[in-house]
Amino acid sequence: MDFSYSQEQKMLRESATRFALKGYGFERYKTTLPLPGHCDPALWSQIAEFGWLGLPLPEDAGGLGGSALDISLICEALGGGMVLEPYVAGAVLPGRLLSFCGADAGRLAGLAEGKAQLAVAWAEPGSAEDPACCATRAQAEGDGYVLSGRKQCVLNAPNAATLIVSARTSGSDSEPGGISLFAVDAGSSGVELKPYPVMGGGYAADIRLDRVRLEATALIGAADAGFAPLEAALDHATVAACAQALGAMNALLERTGNYLKVRKQFGTPIGSFQALQHRLVEMFVEVEQSRSMVVMSSVRVESAEPAVRRRAVSAAKAYLGQSSKFVAQQAVQLHGGIGVTEELDVGHYFRQLSAFGTLYGSREYHLRRFAATPAP
Amino acid sequence: MNLDFSPEDQAFRAEIRAWMRDNVPLQEGPSIGIPSHRETQFAWERKLGAKGWLAYTWTKEYGGPGWTATQRYIFDTERALAGAPSSSPFGLSMLGPVLMHYGNEAQKRRYLPPIARGEEFWCQGYSEPAAGSDLAGLKTRATREADHYLVNGQKIWTTQAHWANFMFCLVRTNPDVPKQQGISFLLIDMSTPGIEIRPITTIDGHHHLNEVFLTNVRVPAENLVGEEGNGWTLAKYLLTHERTSIAGVADSYYQLGRLREAVDADPVLVRDPAVARRLAALEVDLIALEYTNLRTLDRVSKGQPPGSESSGLKIKGTELQQAISEAQMELGGLSALPWLSAGEDVDPAFAGATQRYNFLRASSIYGGTNEIQKNVLAKLLLQL
Ligand SMILES: Cc1cc2nc3c(=O)[nH]c(=O)nc-3n(C[C@H](O)[C@H](O)[C@H](O)COP(=O)(O)OP(=O)(O)OC[C@H]3O[C@@H](n4cnc5c(N)ncnc54)[C@H](O)[C@@H]3O)c2cc1C
Repeated sequence: MDFSYSQEQKMLRESATRFALKGYGFERYKTTLPLPGHCDPALWSQIAEFGWLGLPLPEDAGGLGGSALDISLICEALGGGMVLEPYVAGAVLPGRLLSFCGADAGRLAGLAEGKAQLAVAWAEPGSAEDPACCATRAQAEGDGYVLSGRKQCVLNAPNAATLIVSARTSGSDSEPGGISLFAVDAGSSGVELKPYPVMGGGYAADIRLDRVRLEATALIGAADAGFAPLEAALDHATVAACAQALGAMNALLERTGNYLKVRKQFGTPIGSFQALQHRLVEMFVEVEQSRSMVVMSSVRVESAEPAVRRRAVSAAKAYLGQSSKFVAQQAVQLHGGIGVTEELDVGHYFRQLSAFGTLYGSREYHLRRFAATPAP
Repeated sequence: MNLDFSPEDQAFRAEIRAWMRDNVPLQEGPSIGIPSHRETQFAWERKLGAKGWLAYTWTKEYGGPGWTATQRYIFDTERALAGAPSSSPFGLSMLGPVLMHYGNEAQKRRYLPPIARGEEFWCQGYSEPAAGSDLAGLKTRATREADHYLVNGQKIWTTQAHWANFMFCLVRTNPDVPKQQGISFLLIDMSTPGIEIRPITTIDGHHHLNEVFLTNVRVPAENLVGEEGNGWTLAKYLLTHERTSIAGVADSYYQLGRLREAVDADPVLVRDPAVARRLAALEVDLIALEYTNLRTLDRVSKGQPPGSESSGLKIKGTELQQAISEAQMELGGLSALPWLSAGEDVDPAFAGATQRYNFLRASSIYGGTNEIQKNVLAKLLLQL
């Protein structure tokens, strides 16, 4: 057993931290927030230059074939620096998905260089967070398909030229079999996006697909076999999102610890009050436990055994779903009035962590999934 | 023992309920706990004022309806259950009682009636950047000059200062005595030259709070309430004054009811036993709080002092408000995530739930943080 990082991983973490804290930080976050799509093209190409966009992609398709642990190191740094760029939704999720579908180099062209932006549209109104619940249908017609349905809260869709859409080619609305994946040009006729900012940052869209005509070549991977790669890619994205949340939690722990030392009331630093000391310690313990979950799931998500992967990822997301709320709430509480404002980064981390609780499956969803997945 | 309201009180409740049903304005989105639309709020308060019910905790002498403690409780409960916003507390339940107890006749005549009619709006100028929990450390200085005070300093977190006609303000009139003894209570007209208001945006994305800068503000000496140097006593009186609605029980019932309706209308949530259990657990907590509140009400109705329960009610009440808003956000799922705008497929029952969740983090901070409430209770319990 060895929990240490390789030399390359340490360098990766170092450069990601340097970028997130020196090159980004609260000031950059605030100037990016008014930008359309919460995405700064200059930064996206910078991230591409670092090679991070290639990490989720296989080497034979021009990627770097990075591990989930590599990606987690980057995501933790991005979360700590409150980087708004849609790395998880726009690079990790679609990159992993296309890789798992065995997509050819043509389909992946431009991704690693940051030239093409993607989004994965899987959640639907009423789908109960379950990617197997897919009522969107793709009807074979002529030598292509016709797609109809609705997708909800598709992260990064407003920035994406191409949407990867899950749609049913056979089976009933909630079974894993019969789901296929399609590359849909966001500008196709019949595709209607309603974009909005998400709490805490990032853009999403609700999407209506009304008889969207697709060529046969729009199908990604094999027909009816889209669920397995989709579920696995979502698991990878979930781990990455957990790592990002961990970065934010750690930042809040640091900020709060510092604040307890400098804020004085009743003639003494508020950190001298035991009630607050204990609270800070509880936050610290939660951050440590969460770090363990991120490390564990970053390794186990690569398991060839789906049950191992599912249990690890759902355990991590269920745990962080709770611990991230606790840390965020206490950070705000211990800052008093200034904690509930937009003036301090604390309030912004708070919002990001509130959204994290819901994205990529709530604690309830992952507890259910964990309970339904016996250890192999 | 009888846990039901008397027949007279039940008749009273029916009357209030009927009036609320006919008069409560439609809610624009979920209420976040403090008024956020100025015109809606003002119109509602003036409507209550015209009916004589705005200052519902006041005696007839000052323009209130002269109700018993039980009737007030019923009124506030029916108001909340009808989905009506609570009235701004600053004039009504903060300044009002102080003026009735410590104000002179001229002050009572000048300031109380417009509050009861909903015509003048107040804000509370207590907190300062360096004086939050340690309020007595406040530094805003007032120096007496002939017939007026010259006020210099800064207030912060001043809720709705940008709506207010007046601010009641704690100022330091004597820096050379122990800190609690050098404080005075002043009424300041917000249109006086030298007052600058700067907005603070809170994490719900709205502007409720402000910084108020006071530079050579001339306040007539007759705007001093009570004696000079006696401001701390007035401030404490204001904080410990009977507040049987501090727990927000009825408002929480209303929010929980809305959440239950949203769940019932959702084909997935309504079938989920974990959701049903979560709602039940919240309701059980609410019943415990309701009956603690009613026991306090019973004591107050019998003329006994409310004692230390109000700190406990505030702690439990705010925790429960926060827990309900957390459930609203979490059960809303993706529908609760669009920020300050609506998505295509957003269920209106959950739109705004995140703003509510975010803002309500403040409920364990304002009005004395929950840590401070616990310190107060610990002192009482341990007789420290
Ligand atoms: C939404 C909102 C509305 C408000 N409206 C008004 C208003 O209209 N007028 C007004 O005057 N003020 C208002 N306030 C200010 C409010 O009363 C203060 O924020 C509050 O008293 C806390 O002060 P602080 O923010 O300086 O925090 P601090 O006092 O600095 O507290 C920071 C942390 O330290 C803890 N702490 C401090 N002392 C102790 C101790 N002895 N033991 C244990 N823990 C301690 C606190 O509980 C808190 O967690 C409002 C605040 C908010 C958030």
